[in-house]
Amino acid sequence: MHKKMAFSFPDEVLEHVFSFIQSDKDRNAVSMVCKSWYEIERWCRRKVFVGNCYAVSPRMVIRRFPEFRSIELKGKPHFADFNLVPDGWGGYVFPWIAEMAGAYPWLEEIRLKRMVVTDESLELIAKSFKNFKVLVLSSCEGFSTDGLAAIAASCKNLKELDLRDCEVDDLSAHWLSHFPETYTSLVSLNISCLGSDEASFSALERLVHRCTNLKTLRLNRAVPLDKIANILRHAPQLVEFGTGTYTADVRPDVYSDLAGVLSSCKELKSLSGFWDVIPDYLPAIYPVCSKLTSLNLSYATIQSPDLIKLVSHCPNLQRLLVLDYIEDSGLEVLASSCKDLQELRVFPSDPFGAEPNVSLTEQGLVAVSLGCPKLQSVLYFCRRMSNEALVTIARSRPNFTRFRLCIIEPKTADYLTLEPLDVGFGAIVQYCKDLRRLSLSGLLTDRVFEYIGTYAKKLEMLSVAFAGDSDLGLHHVLSGCESLRKLEIRDCPFGDKALLANAAKLETMRSLWMSSCAVSFAACKLLGQKMPRLNVEVIDERGPPDSRPENCPVDKLYIYRSIAGPRFDMPPFVWTMDEDSGLRLS
Amino acid sequence: MEGELVLLGGGGGGGGGGSSGVSTNESAVLSNVEVVSEACSYPAESELELGLGLSLGGATGKTKPATATSSWGECGRILTAKDFPSVVSHRTKNGGPSVSVSGTKRAAESVSHEGGSPTGISGSSQVVGWPPIRAYRMNSLVNQAKSQRADEGDSGIGEKDKPKDALKKKLNYNGNKISSTTTVNEKGHLGFVKVNMDGIPIGRKVDLNAHSCYQSLAQALEDMFLRSTNSVGAEKEQLTKASKLLDGSFEFVLTYEDKEGDWMLVGDVPWRMFVSSVRRLRIMRTSEANGLAPRFHDSNERQRSKPI
Repeated sequence: MHKKMAFSFPDEVLEHVFSFIQSDKDRNAVSMVCKSWYEIERWCRRKVFVGNCYAVSPRMVIRRFPEFRSIELKGKPHFADFNLVPDGWGGYVFPWIAEMAGAYPWLEEIRLKRMVVTDESLELIAKSFKNFKVLVLSSCEGFSTDGLAAIAASCKNLKELDLRDCEVDDLSAHWLSHFPETYTSLVSLNISCLGSDEASFSALERLVHRCTNLKTLRLNRAVPLDKIANILRHAPQLVEFGTGTYTADVRPDVYSDLAGVLSSCKELKSLSGFWDVIPDYLPAIYPVCSKLTSLNLSYATIQSPDLIKLVSHCPNLQRLLVLDYIEDSGLEVLASSCKDLQELRVFPSDPFGAEPNVSLTEQGLVAVSLGCPKLQSVLYFCRRMSNEALVTIARSRPNFTRFRLCIIEPKTADYLTLEPLDVGFGAIVQYCKDLRRLSLSGLLTDRVFEYIGTYAKKLEMLSVAFAGDSDLGLHHVLSGCESLRKLEIRDCPFGDKALLANAAKLETMRSLWMSSCAVSFAACKLLGQKMPRLNVEVIDERGPPDSRPENCPVDKLYIYRSIAGPRFDMPPFVWTMDEDSGLRLS
Repeated sequence: MEGELVLLGGGGGGGGGGSSGVSTNESAVLSNVEVVSEACSYPAESELELGLGLSLGGATGKTKPATATSSWGECGRILTAKDFPSVVSHRTKNGGPSVSVSGTKRAAESVSHEGGSPTGISGSSQVVGWPPIRAYRMNSLVNQAKSQRADEGDSGIGEKDKPKDALKKKLNYNGNKISSTTTVNEKGHLGFVKVNMDGIPIGRKVDLNAHSCYQSLAQALEDMFLRSTNSVGAEKEQLTKASKLLDGSFEFVLTYEDKEGDWMLVGDVPWRMFVSSVRRLRIMRTSEANGLAPRFHDSNERQRSKPI
C-alpha cells in the first residue's frame, strides 16, 4: 500500500507526528483517515478515554489499543450526583482492572468518574501495575481507607492520588502511614473528601516533608488550623493548597505562624478548603492573594463584607467558587476587581429555605457578565430571573461556553413580566455561538426548545428539568442540536413520539437520561428492538415494567449507544430492552 | 412582546407570533402530526408516521385503540405547565407520570395502576435531587451549621433565629422549619445512611433528613425493600397500616448501628437522638434480633421511651 502512494511517510514518521496529537477527538479523527493510519494510530495511542464504561468492553479496548498507558473511564450518568440513580445501578470498575491487570502490566494512569471502586479493585491496581503513577477518582464510591493503604504501600512511583468528591468508608487515617519512608515521589494529593476524625498528622507531616516535589495538597476537614503551619512549613513549593477546617480559637501565635508560613509559599496559585471559617483568620491569606488564580470558597460560610475584602485582594483571579453569601454587592466588586475571571460558581447556602436568606439575585450575574470580559463558564443558583437580565447577559458575554443556571424553585417565571423565560434562554443560545453546555431552569415552554434547536449548534450537553409542554420540545432539541452528546431530562412532559421519531439521533449521542417523563414501556421496547446499537435501560423500582400496562410511563430511562451489547451486571430494578424483549416480555 | 422576539426574527421563521413548526426535513417524517403552535394538546394519534416507519403500539396488539386520552387514562393525565402554579411547593396533583420512590419524600407519588385516582399527595415536600446540588456539598454545609451552633453553646434544638447568622434553619419541609434534625453521623456524612436487608445483596441509601419520625422512615424502607411486584392495592394498604418493621410483629425488624458500633433496635430513643447517633441501618431477621434490647412489649413496659 505504501509503495503505491508517492507521498506517504514511513510508519515511524507518522507515529512521531501523531505523538503531538493528544486530544482524544483528534486521535479518533486521525484513525479514520485510512486503514494504515488507523493501524499506526492504534499502536501508538497512549491515552484512552471511554466516556461511558458500558459503551465498549474492556476486551475491545485492549484489542484495539495494545499499548496504552493511561485510561479514563466514566460510569454513572450525571444525574447520579443528585441521587436520581438508585444505588446498585452499576458502573463497576473491577472488570476493567481485572482485564487490564493481565494485559497491561505497564499501565500508569487510571482516571475514573462516577464509578464504583472497591477495595478489591484498589488492591488489584496496587499489585498489578509496577509503574503506576496516577490515580484520580472523581465522585466515586465503594472503597475504604484499606484500599488506599494498599495503594500507598505498593505504588512506589505514585505521583498523583486525587480523591475528589468521593464517598470513602473512613476506617482509619493510618492508611497514610502505609507510604514507606523511602517513598518521595508524590506530586499531588487530594484527600479533601475524607472525614476521619482520627489524626494521623505526624504521618502526613512526614510525608509532606519528604516529598519535595509536592505541588498540590488538598487536606480534609479533620486537619485543624493550627496544624497547617507545620505542614506548610515543609512545602513552600506548593502551587495548590486546600486547607482543612479554618477555625480555631483566636490566638495571635497561631495566626502569625499561619500568616508567616503562607507568605513563604511563593508559588501558590490555588486555594480551597475553608470549612468553618472564622473571619479573624482570613487576613492570613492576603499575602498570597495577589498571585491567586483559583479560589474555592464554596464551603466558607462567611458573609459578604469579608468575602468582598478577600476578593478585592485577588486581581488575577480566574476561577471563583463561592456561596451566595457574596450577594449582588460582592459580585459587583468581583466584576470590577477581577478582570481575568473565566469561571464563576455561586452555590446556595440555604437551598431549601422558602425565602431568600441573602440578597443574591439575577443582578449579580448581570454585573459579572458585564464586567468580566473573559467570563466563559458559569454555574449560578438564585431565586429569581428575568428575560431582560438574560438578554443583557447574552449580549454582553457572547463568549460563554458553559452556562448553567439554577433558579431554585421549579417553574419560576420572569419575576418582572411573569412570562416564561423562553426568550431569555433563547438569547443565550443565539448570542453565545460557542455554547457547549447549558442547564435550564425556571418556567419554560416548548418555545425555548425551538430556540435551542435552531441556534445551539455547538451544544454538547443539555440539562432540562420541569420544562416544556409537549413532545415538540424534545423533538426540537433532538432534531436541531447537531453536536448534542448528552441530554438529561427530568420531570418534563416528553413522551414517545419525539423519542421514536428521532431514534437514529440517539446513536450519534453518548447518552440520554429521562426520568419522571412520559415515555411508555411500549416505546422503550420498540426502541430496544429496532435499535440494536442502543442499550435502552428501564430503571423502575416499582417492579417489572411488564407488570403494568404497556402504555404506562416508565420511571427512569437511560439510553446510550454501545458496541458491547446489553450489560450483565444489572440490579433487579434495571431492565435492558433488546431485540428479544418484545418476545420475552410480552 | 414582539420587540423581544425580533432578536430571533433575523433567521426568518423562528420568531413571529408562533412556532414555525418543524423544518422541511422533518416535515415528511411528521407529515401526519399536527403541529399546533401554542396548544399543549397532543396531535391525533391515529395515523402517526414515525421516523423509522415504526408505528406505536401496533406490534403487540395489546394497547387499546389510541385516542388522545385513553392512552394515558390508566396512568393519569400527563401534567403540563398549566397544572403547576408558580409556587410548586403547594402543588396538588391529579395523578401524573410515575416517579421513583427512593426513600426520600417526593412531591408526586407513584401512580395507581388501576385508574387515574390519585394516591393522594398534597402539600409541599422536597423533590429528590432538586435543587441539583451534590450530596457532598449539602452534607458539608449542614455539618458546618451544626458544629458552629455547637461551638456557640446552643443546645442545637429550638434555638432562636439569628437573622444575620448565615446558618439559618436548614431543610425546610412540610412547611415547617426544622432546625436541627439534621443527621450528622461521626463520619460527617449527613442525611443519607446505608441500609441493608438480610438476604438482599444490594444495599440502598435512605435520606434521614426527609423524615421527621420513625413511622415515616419505616414506611420509606418498606417501600424500598418490601414492595411486592404485584403492588396494585398494596400501596394503599401500606399508607394506612402502621409500620411492620417497628412493631415487632413482622419477620424482619429494623435495627441500627450507633456511633459506638453497637447494634440497637430502632425506635427506642427520641428521634433526634437516633438521628444524631445512627451510622447505618439494617433490616434484620427478627430471629437474629433477639440479642438486642427487648422491645416486643407494650410501650408501658419500655423504660427508655420518651415522647418523640
